[in-house]
Amino acid sequence: MRRFLLFIPVILAIAVGVFLASGLGKDPQELDSALIGKPVPVFELSDLKNPDRALTPEVFQGQVSLLNVWATWCPACRDEHDDLIWLAEEKGIPIIGLNYKDNRDQALEWLQDLGDPYQLTLFDPRGRLGFDLGVYGAPETYIIDQQGIVRFRHVGVVDEKVWEEELQPRIRQYREEG
Amino acid sequence: MNPLAVLLSLLVFLPGGLMAQQQDRGQKETTASSGIDMYPMESAERQREFYELLNELRCPKCQNQNIADSDAPIASDMREEVYRMMQEGADEDEVVNALVARFGEFVRYKPTFDRRTALLWLLPAIVVLVGLIVVIVIVRRSQRDDDFGPAALSDDERRKADDLLRRESS
Repeated sequence: MRRFLLFIPVILAIAVGVFLASGLGKDPQELDSALIGKPVPVFELSDLKNPDRALTPEVFQGQVSLLNVWATWCPACRDEHDDLIWLAEEKGIPIIGLNYKDNRDQALEWLQDLGDPYQLTLFDPRGRLGFDLGVYGAPETYIIDQQGIVRFRHVGVVDEKVWEEELQPRIRQYREEG
Repeated sequence: MNPLAVLLSLLVFLPGGLMAQQQDRGQKETTASSGIDMYPMESAERQREFYELLNELRCPKCQNQNIADSDAPIASDMREEVYRMMQEGADEDEVVNALVARFGEFVRYKPTFDRRTALLWLLPAIVVLVGLIVVIVIVRRSQRDDDFGPAALSDDERRKADDLLRRESS
């Protein structure tokens, strides 16, 4: 019994070590969205390409889509743009753009120069919807299911690896569920 | 000057001096918090609550800064939102809950007490309690040893021990 007591510090040290080791390699910048499992926040924003058209969360109904938050002032958004085009054209993924705190003319120019992967783009110059979504750094990409529920958020650039490992399996799953 | 006068003057001036220092510090704090933008509130009490909130809310982008200190655009948006809500009469809890609903529990520097955070909150108390128990056990045990120690000698042994001690000291 006494002998056993002597081992308590070692056991404690191992337990703490295992606990701390499990935290290694996690990216602390990647936060779970607070909106997972909740509907996309209510909004009414204009269409980037058609200022007279008002868009509401209705646009997410009926399909599993990606909601991609981007801006012309965001260098990483330029990096992922080709991959988004690839997703839209080769994989046929519906992508809704959220142009975040940007300028309409510059944003339109960007789409003209680099190509337009978006089904439609919500124009959010003051960042209201971005704020309600909890966007803290563009680019961010959300998966929205058929019912307009936020299912997943990826912070940072979307590339082939992110698509294969994080987005594709989930989109497949949500499509089957719906 | 006689010593009594020195003492008296110290008693009179010292508290005044300390107070002046405190006021100075208070002023520095407010200028530091409002250095980024000006956010006037209707009363000093609300103003204090407002700065308290800015200091308690964590910036999701610059993760080790509160939204009062951070220069990230999102922190400035959050300050605006806190200000707007407080202008509309929201209390501190309402403001914090609104931000947690968007950005998650992460933005609280003071986590709420629930099942997930119970260990976090209780661990210090548990550690202190365990420490106290260990100390009590050790003290008790050494006391018990003291009780048994002297009594364990028979009269004969005691006499012998005394003899030895006496011989030693002489």
